[in-house]
Amino acid sequence: MHLAYPTVVAALLFSVGVYGVLARRNAILVLMSVELMLNAVNLNLVTFDMWFRDRLHGGQVLTLFTIVIAAAEVGLGLAIVLLVYRNREMVDVDRLRSLAESDDAAEAGEVGEVGEVEEAAP
Amino acid sequence: MSGQEIVFTLLGVVAVGSGIMVVTTRRLVHAALWLVLSFGALAGGYVVLTAEFVAWVQVLIYVGAVVVLLLFGIMLTRAPIGDSADLDSGNRWAAAAVAAATAAVLVTVMVMGFRDERMPLRAGGGSAGELGASVFRTWVLPFEVLSVLLLASLVGAIVLSRTGIGPGRGPGSGEGDG
Repeated sequence: MHLAYPTVVAALLFSVGVYGVLARRNAILVLMSVELMLNAVNLNLVTFDMWFRDRLHGGQVLTLFTIVIAAAEVGLGLAIVLLVYRNREMVDVDRLRSLAESDDAAEAGEVGEVGEVEEAAP
Repeated sequence: MSGQEIVFTLLGVVAVGSGIMVVTTRRLVHAALWLVLSFGALAGGYVVLTAEFVAWVQVLIYVGAVVVLLLFGIMLTRAPIGDSADLDSGNRWAAAAVAAATAAVLVTVMVMGFRDERMPLRAGGGSAGELGASVFRTWVLPFEVLSVLLLASLVGAIVLSRTGIGPGRGPGSGEGDG
């Protein structure tokens, strides 16, 4: 089998994931796009394992490890997203700007509002 | 084109196409379901590449666990079931430009670099027996480290998502209420 087919599929899948991470606003959709990028990397790992005919199967074993790490990452990521939702009633990454560097009036207003919500939560 | 290449091309078209649907659809639940199709097509691609154990692990963990976890997240954040117009950010065209540039660079590099390379596919190269022997002989230390990492991340997820841990409570008083 020609090596170009799986590597091109992996490159296209990675680009789709890049677009999703940059363009989506919902935090769960961003997590889905990260999963797409991880899958592209997995496809490359399996492909090069088959190409090198690795006797230790390093590529496939690393693929299994990446799948486990992706499962751990999505569990932890969803816990963080649920915590953000519990505190702010939304998961829109464009509006989560408490860590942004600018300190104009709108940001100050949002920070005050967020503090209010956090006080009201418990 | 050999038969393997035709089958892999079809599966790749399905995987990339449903991936594009994941990042462009206007319904959150549909995005998760398109993700199932993309992961399933990739599992088929792994089978064509003779990595059958990786394909089954992909089906079990990604399609079975990760997508269900994402669906739980969609339900728990009370996302709208129908169309929602504001799923895309305002910098969508910049994101599309960056993604197109990434695709152009990566595809060009891959095609130029591996134009003449062929890989030998022999059956049994990725069977459960071979991979199991490889994991538990050569890679057993990373395997154990990974189990500790999985445990730590799941404990962290539980601590993050349980309520009742606050600054107002003393140590040990929040153990009974989960």
